[in-house]
Amino acid sequence: MFEYEFMREAFIASTFIAITAGLVGVFVVSRNMSFLSHTLSEIGFAGAAFGILVGISPLAGMILFTLVSSVAVGSLSSESSRREASISAISSLFIGLGILFLSLSSESSSYATNILFGSIVGISSKEVNQLMILALFVIFVFIIFYKPLSFDSFDHIGARAAGLKTRLLSIAFLVTLALSVSIGAQIVGSLLVFVLLTLPGATAKYVVHTVPKLIMVSVGLSLAGVWLGLYLAFITNWPVTFFISSFEVIAYFLGLSYKNWKLNH
Amino acid sequence: MIEAKNLSKSFGKQLIFKDLNFKIHAGDFISLIGPNGSGKTTLVKIMMGLEKKTSGELKIDKQTIGYVPQFRNIDIDYPLDIEQFVRLNLKFTLSPTKRRHDNAIIEEILEKTKLTELKNRPLGLASGGEKQKAYLAQALLNDPKILILDESTASLDVEVKMQLMDLVEELNHKYNLTVIFITHDYELTKKYTSRALFFKHKTMEEVNVSDVSEDMFDMGG
Repeated sequence: MFEYEFMREAFIASTFIAITAGLVGVFVVSRNMSFLSHTLSEIGFAGAAFGILVGISPLAGMILFTLVSSVAVGSLSSESSRREASISAISSLFIGLGILFLSLSSESSSYATNILFGSIVGISSKEVNQLMILALFVIFVFIIFYKPLSFDSFDHIGARAAGLKTRLLSIAFLVTLALSVSIGAQIVGSLLVFVLLTLPGATAKYVVHTVPKLIMVSVGLSLAGVWLGLYLAFITNWPVTFFISSFEVIAYFLGLSYKNWKLNH
Repeated sequence: MIEAKNLSKSFGKQLIFKDLNFKIHAGDFISLIGPNGSGKTTLVKIMMGLEKKTSGELKIDKQTIGYVPQFRNIDIDYPLDIEQFVRLNLKFTLSPTKRRHDNAIIEEILEKTKLTELKNRPLGLASGGEKQKAYLAQALLNDPKILILDESTASLDVEVKMQLMDLVEELNHKYNLTVIFITHDYELTKKYTSRALFFKHKTMEEVNVSDVSEDMFDMGG
């Protein structure tokens, strides 16, 4: 299948997407932000539709919308119950806006399904380069903030007590989360990018117990999911997203069963 | 080591406390007692530089405080094991020498807090007492001269409470660690501390532990 250029591009792009999502996902899960990452993908959809409407690239539209809203949501309220409610309100608004932008623009509905559900054929080599740069930026930010971000994510109260600037860390994290959503949506679609941003990280925590191992397992599962997904999509012509999400969900339940089994033995 | 002169704190127009005067010396084991909302945790936050005083003076070396906070969200699915949890408080390093040094410190702290045997247990599966020991170990990591325990024993049963406090007492004696213990527990105050700073009516008085009475703990606390 690598004789086709679009498959080569899709593999390269997916590899970067999977590494970023697997890495960021460990922290999404430990910071209890799965719901926020879901909302950001919906906001990303609206952003992409907006991009199409005003004539900028969907990726740029997505980054614009997710960046602004992630920082806004992050500073909206630290009280978790209120945050949940505000996030779902914001999410409804953005889905509505996304639909409006799409209907106002002249693009066909297949374009909309690409944004929502992802596509392996839609990606050009220029876009692959953009994704790689964005992914490397996210990884770079994580290397810089690795220690304090781990402390804050796995023990927020302890980190505050130790005098860490947790607010700054939170904003840095939200920026990388917004970028990861925008990057990931290019292949798996905005509707399901949160699968890659939450499930591998959640599965990892059932099987390993150190931060580096969590990252390794999460990135591994994420890579296995997209590679397998792309391969199966290629031979069956079924949507790649279906295979990726099925794989990650099965891995999640296997991880959960493993943990329960270990508890009883 | 810590000295307060006419220390006062208000949040807006709401007075928390005024004119606190006290001294805490190296190696002291003192308790902060008094009702909820009387300003014990606020005082501790000012000591740590997390809150600003409104007026008065407070002399303290902020670099050397280890703080074990009151609440922590560690549920049963919490992934990190005890050693990794303690390690969170280490600074990032690429130097192999520093790494070896860090590893040695971790070993030493786990030994001190009697966690060596349990270091690979996921913290989410640890008992209440083991969790508190892990919090303590993490706070001790940067070799603090002052240790602040914020109601660390509140949710533990009597036997485990005593074990934890015995451990803290041992550290206090062996390493001359200054301990500030925020508590609502009469028995523990009597047994382990030498003096109490008793918060009431927006101020504070210093009480010798022999004069600490049970009714000091009955004021809505």
